[in-house]
Amino acid sequence: MSSIDFSHYEVETFYDEMFDTSGQVRPGFQLLRKKFEAMSRERMKQLQYASDRAQRSIGMTFNVYSDDQGIERILPLDLVPRIITGEEWSMMERGLRQRIYALNLFLEDIYHDQKILKDKIIPEHLILDCPSFLKQCVGLDVPRKIWCHIIGTDLIRDANGEFRVLEDNLRCPSGVSYMLENREILKRTFPDVFEQLRVRPVTDYAMELRKTLAHLSDLTSPTIAVLTPGIYNSAYFEHSYLAQQMAVELVEGSDLLVKDGFVFMKTIRGLERVDVIYRRIDDDFLDPLTFRKDSLLGVPGIFDAYSKGNVALANAPGNGVADDKAIYAYVPDIIKYYLNEDIILKNVDTYLCSREDEKQYVLDNIDQLVVKKTDGSGGYGMLIGPKSTREEQNEFKQKILDQPHKYIAQPTISLSRVPTMIDGQPEGRHVDLRPYILFGEDIKIIPGALTRVALKKGSLVVNSSQGGGSKDTWVLY
Amino acid sequence: MLSRTANSIYWMSRYIERAENYARFIDVNYNLSLEMAPGTPEQWEPLIITTGDYELYQEHYGQVNKTNVVSFLSFDLENPNSIRNCIIKARENARQIRPEITKELWEQINNLYYYIKEERDIENVLENDPRTFFNEVKRGCQLLYGIFDSTISRNEGWNFRAIGQYLERADKTLRVLDVKYHILLPHTRAVGSTIDLVQWGSLLKSVSAYDMYRKVYGTIKTNDIAEFLILDRYFARSVLHCLTQAQTALHDISGNRMGYSNEAERTLGSLKSHLEYKRIDEVIGQGLHEFIDDLQKHINEVNDAIQETFFHHEMSQDQYQEQTSE
Repeated sequence: MSSIDFSHYEVETFYDEMFDTSGQVRPGFQLLRKKFEAMSRERMKQLQYASDRAQRSIGMTFNVYSDDQGIERILPLDLVPRIITGEEWSMMERGLRQRIYALNLFLEDIYHDQKILKDKIIPEHLILDCPSFLKQCVGLDVPRKIWCHIIGTDLIRDANGEFRVLEDNLRCPSGVSYMLENREILKRTFPDVFEQLRVRPVTDYAMELRKTLAHLSDLTSPTIAVLTPGIYNSAYFEHSYLAQQMAVELVEGSDLLVKDGFVFMKTIRGLERVDVIYRRIDDDFLDPLTFRKDSLLGVPGIFDAYSKGNVALANAPGNGVADDKAIYAYVPDIIKYYLNEDIILKNVDTYLCSREDEKQYVLDNIDQLVVKKTDGSGGYGMLIGPKSTREEQNEFKQKILDQPHKYIAQPTISLSRVPTMIDGQPEGRHVDLRPYILFGEDIKIIPGALTRVALKKGSLVVNSSQGGGSKDTWVLY
Repeated sequence: MLSRTANSIYWMSRYIERAENYARFIDVNYNLSLEMAPGTPEQWEPLIITTGDYELYQEHYGQVNKTNVVSFLSFDLENPNSIRNCIIKARENARQIRPEITKELWEQINNLYYYIKEERDIENVLENDPRTFFNEVKRGCQLLYGIFDSTISRNEGWNFRAIGQYLERADKTLRVLDVKYHILLPHTRAVGSTIDLVQWGSLLKSVSAYDMYRKVYGTIKTNDIAEFLILDRYFARSVLHCLTQAQTALHDISGNRMGYSNEAERTLGSLKSHLEYKRIDEVIGQGLHEFIDDLQKHINEVNDAIQETFFHHEMSQDQYQEQTSE
């Protein structure tokens, strides 16, 4: 039986998180290498099989939209953990804290005095044209002045290994259940390495989330609920998982009703008031009286109850204006403006097609760039220049010319790679990183993250809907 | 507890009980078919009649034979009550109420679900030891009862589960008794006093009553069987016992101990006391079939009253819209 073998592992031209350019193993990964090299490929495949079984048995499955409702998939979990040192982590933590703090001030300002527009730091049209800017939220006083409570920022490591922010997800970031359950599986799979490396625990998350939500109410024990679109939603596993872990109610839109400006659940004993709702329904669908009229997922009148201060919603409606891809380019300015600090966690260079000179640059270099729709998500509606055909490029050029303000472009970043088991042998695969941040009494960042990995050879797209998998992320002390 | 949640627990429980009963019915009948004297027809038709889906069967298969019946009752997705559909629906309901149940329970429902999903080939099951398949289903369901009892608090959810389970069970016991009794009885009379032990034994085995019945009565007599399955106070599948258990659960939910405090308690309570004071010769004299028919009607009324009392906020389950996720 052959063993797992790193001697043919190719770093190529990428930043590899396990090996440096001279082929030396980076700190933290030595133990892991030893562990794997003592293991047969067969054993590795067995472990992988057991892990897939475990995921199915826990019900860690999602429905892909294009599939039949009956088809459930697991997000493949690669068993090679990704290691982040304590030092790297604390830098990231500082950077995320700064960023979230500033973005929250930005939201409070945008929906009140709009000083940042008056001072001409951000062009006014960018906000007013942004579809995620909700005029219904203007003038709203949100509880504790917190808009973004639950955040899942997307980061990548560039060619030099430096962490950069790719997206601020302030709406309904998903995946935290994978961070928690991946950890359970990995602890079972490699208990010895886990123990020896001294990995920081992530178990507090659910209780911290509950505290974050409870903080939004003045009551000592408020009734908290997670609002889900239902079992056919691709993130349903997570909704039910979080409700169960926090020991709060899991409700669908039809379980709630608004009466006299308050929100109630329909229970077997009649109506019961709900004080805080962690809603996993998008702004558009939240309330058919205020937003999309055809929404069946939402609760008629809930926005009215919210604006009267009778129920707290997390995250706040209207947050999309702060994680919009066009606003993203201004985050360094936002941090400077509100905090008078330089940005710690840098953005990826971004060209705004709404700016004439940058648009021209994008059109001229489209084969080198990644073009994204400002209101797109989930890896849809984007063009990866170097991997696209001339036809696709022309199609996107036309789109940019038609609606320049809806597109941004970024250089193709060669995301860092981490060894990933492909048929029992390690091969480099590209990864990103999504840590989870909670903003309650204070900003709290759980030392862990969801690492998404592009399992297809050479692919840079890590989204679950497009052939991505996940890894457990081990943050050391 | 949310009305929708209570409803899902109730139905999850009914589907699990139904799947277990079907697995047992088919298993017993399969076993019986092995011992039939040459020339006697196998008893597959009564089995489908018992389930109440005979019309649907005829539409899809026409001819009655072992392979078709086992396929229809076990795997057929067109049959809303096939074992496969019951497990799928039980698991769908369990997903709805994931936060209400324990990890152990959820994982076992999932295991059973994947077992059923993978074992979809009728030829395969019939060729390779079919009884293993039915045993797996039975054991899988019984494991769920055990996990429920030993990991879930005696809360509202537990009680709604009990109500669903016992009403389903009472209904299934009645159906088996009704169909089998009337097929076997004329035959028994014609032959005289001896009764076909294999056949009547299989009736008892269909509702797991064979061992317990003999401990009470010793010998097999038709009236005693009817008495045991309908009026026995202690047998876990007798109709009276099931109704008593369901009543206790209803009272635990309301906190009421005397009389009734809602329509569900009233319908169930009056049905139970009706049975409590019945004698079997009275029932037989009146006509067993009519009596059973009447009981089933009342059990359906209890079901309706439960829906009305606790789940009336229930809206369409089909409400589904897509939204992209980040």
